[in-house]
Amino acid sequence: MLSRTAGNLFWIGRYLERADFSARLIEATQRLAALPSSYGGASNAWESALAAACQIDAFAATGLAIDEHEVTEFLTLNAGNPSSIRSCLEAARSNARAVRTALTEEAWEAINTAWLEVSRYGTHLSSRETLAQLIEYVKHAVAAFDGAANRTMLRGDAFWFINLGAAIERADNSARLLDVKYHLLLPRDEPVGGSLDYFQWTTILRTVSAMTAYRWVYNDSVKPWLVADLLILNRQIPRSLAACYDEILRHLDLLASHSGRRGPAHRLASAGHARLAGGNIDAIFGQGLHEFLTQFIIDNNRLGEAIAEQYLF
Amino acid sequence: MQALPAFDEMFGTGEGYNSQSPDGVTAAYRAIRQWLADSPAELMAARRAQAELFFRRIGITFAVYGDAQATERLIPFDIVPRIITRPEWQRLEKGLKQRVAALNMFLADVYGAQEILKAGIVPAELVLMNPAYCLHMVGRQPPGGVWVHIAGIDLVRTGPDEFFVLEDNARTPSGVSYMLENREVMLKLVPDLFDQVKVAPVETYPEKLLETLASVSPRKQRGSHPTCVLLTPGQYNSAFYEHSFLADKLGIELVEGNDLFVRDDIVFMRTTEGPQRVDVIYRRLDDDFIDPLVFNPGSMLGVPGLMSAYAAGNVTLANAVGTGIADDKAIYSYMPDIVRFYTGEEPILANVPTWRCREPEALMYVLDHLPELVVKEVDGSGGYGMLVGPHASKTTIAAFAAKLKANPEKFIAQPTLALSTCPTATDGGIAARHVDLRPFVLTGSDGVRIVPGGLTRVAMTAGSLVVNSSQGGGTKDTWIIDG
Repeated sequence: MLSRTAGNLFWIGRYLERADFSARLIEATQRLAALPSSYGGASNAWESALAAACQIDAFAATGLAIDEHEVTEFLTLNAGNPSSIRSCLEAARSNARAVRTALTEEAWEAINTAWLEVSRYGTHLSSRETLAQLIEYVKHAVAAFDGAANRTMLRGDAFWFINLGAAIERADNSARLLDVKYHLLLPRDEPVGGSLDYFQWTTILRTVSAMTAYRWVYNDSVKPWLVADLLILNRQIPRSLAACYDEILRHLDLLASHSGRRGPAHRLASAGHARLAGGNIDAIFGQGLHEFLTQFIIDNNRLGEAIAEQYLF
Repeated sequence: MQALPAFDEMFGTGEGYNSQSPDGVTAAYRAIRQWLADSPAELMAARRAQAELFFRRIGITFAVYGDAQATERLIPFDIVPRIITRPEWQRLEKGLKQRVAALNMFLADVYGAQEILKAGIVPAELVLMNPAYCLHMVGRQPPGGVWVHIAGIDLVRTGPDEFFVLEDNARTPSGVSYMLENREVMLKLVPDLFDQVKVAPVETYPEKLLETLASVSPRKQRGSHPTCVLLTPGQYNSAFYEHSFLADKLGIELVEGNDLFVRDDIVFMRTTEGPQRVDVIYRRLDDDFIDPLVFNPGSMLGVPGLMSAYAAGNVTLANAVGTGIADDKAIYSYMPDIVRFYTGEEPILANVPTWRCREPEALMYVLDHLPELVVKEVDGSGGYGMLVGPHASKTTIAAFAAKLKANPEKFIAQPTLALSTCPTATDGGIAARHVDLRPFVLTGSDGVRIVPGGLTRVAMTAGSLVVNSSQGGGTKDTWIIDG
């Protein structure tokens, strides 16, 4: 496969994952911000959302006030923000068009349709209803692409590079989401938090669509350290760091079995995978959750770069 | 616009569009006439909407240069097919083979022994001083001896048995993806009609193209296929959709200049598994851009060293470099003589009479008759920069006359042909619109391949004679039918 094609596919995976994450983040944040303050409805909910999306600095540069309208518009339709949903879909579509031959017709159509639909929303959000429709649409569109790719693409390098990109992005998003709220996730004997934080914790779960999953896994009321355990170490949750690294390693192995060559990206991914597989949540808290997540994000970025270097894109 | 009296492919020369009777309909169009009569206006409108949706969804778009608003546009598609009968097609096919063979021999000659120049058939200075004459190809012969692997020959019809060649496209002719996709759309939209009318399939084109490319590979390996790639200028090129479509159908990599590099006069592509050797490049990039070391040094789209690998005979470019001299419009006017010179036969396909403005007498005539002529730039394409006399205002004509006098050698003129019309679905119902036809002729080292059909382009504006997509023209599916 052409290296440029591999790079484009990898980034299609990342862009679509980012768009999906932004959609879910906005949805969960809206819910949190709408709560009465006596239930923990936090005035800084939108600031946290920007932090989770790694957009604090970019938003600050616009000089806009942090409120729901400005932040959601910035994260969804803003054409000047390269990480907005609109920009992600445009970039994914542009990449897909450049490597059209590496995608099946259905996978291409899914991306092309997603971009055409979202571009119809323009660059300004008119109302909350529009936002709600857009969020729903984006979640569906990304799922439609996943489904089309999964059902129609050859199980070969093109498919694996898309999945690899998506898994790297997903790990990054989950880690950032946790890091923004890390102070709310400390173990029981820490003096922070309280029952008011319940809604903060469930917001995290909702952002990764794991609210119901939590109940099934722990059969317990929502406890912050279990939320951290779920999203870092539980391999059953597709957005947990452990599950993402399972996926990353699997796709790198598939690529290696195809080409017969392994490289630095495999070593980094194996190391990351081993850390998560052998980890336990107490040890992570012992090391410091924030420190753990910060290091994870750095390592994950390094892995992304190593993949690009190894496959020459 | 004032309509020229023209031959209509459904009604002949009669005026049948408003009549309900089946009289006067050419045999070829009887089933179509019935189908149109049986389809209420709402149904036709629904089919048109469905076709548009289909094209938009699969992303068949093209870009119009100089139009910032709509960088991606759909070419209007007309759902009424254009019909050519088998006997008509057989004659066209023979004529196309003859003409393309002559084009290839002409190129081999002008870059080789130059016999046609020595014989005085074509003026030497017209070839040798022509900007399209590529000095880097002098004395070279491409692998397999083929110059124009893919030719698009534009034909127009003016009567029941009158076809003319309007233009030869010997550089990087485009439009074949529309020929293929139009058929796919029609098969989905009107399956019943295909049941009644037996239409020759066009879907073998990608396979024939791949065979053609493989036949000219410079490396003959036993048991393995040559590596062919399609070189595109990238996704901002107006024909990018077609490039990706063809690469996909052929199952070959769609590469950009940066994906290729040359080492020791061998071309490689950069893959995730390291460099892979490339044998044949179906390039959709103009000569001027393919190698910044030899041609335009500012080109970011090409591959440095490509011409050196080409000269060493390690890679085939399709089409060959330097073919622009063959589709120069001043050379075109000599095509009947060129065909006779190389094939010893009378040309089967006629040329449109052409005045070469470089000749003083012709220029005088052209200047005196501008309001009735079509004037084109010799190296122009895409309908850019041409004058259609009968449809131009006095001021446009005066301005054009000044351009013409300043650089007469840059222009040719032809009578305004009454291009045939075909029934076409318009907002106001079925109406006559002018059409042309671009069949595609493939030439490999092992023979010539032609798919029965081609791209019919239709001027969507009543009376207009300009069918180019860049000027708002549309397309139709072209049916070669038995009978």
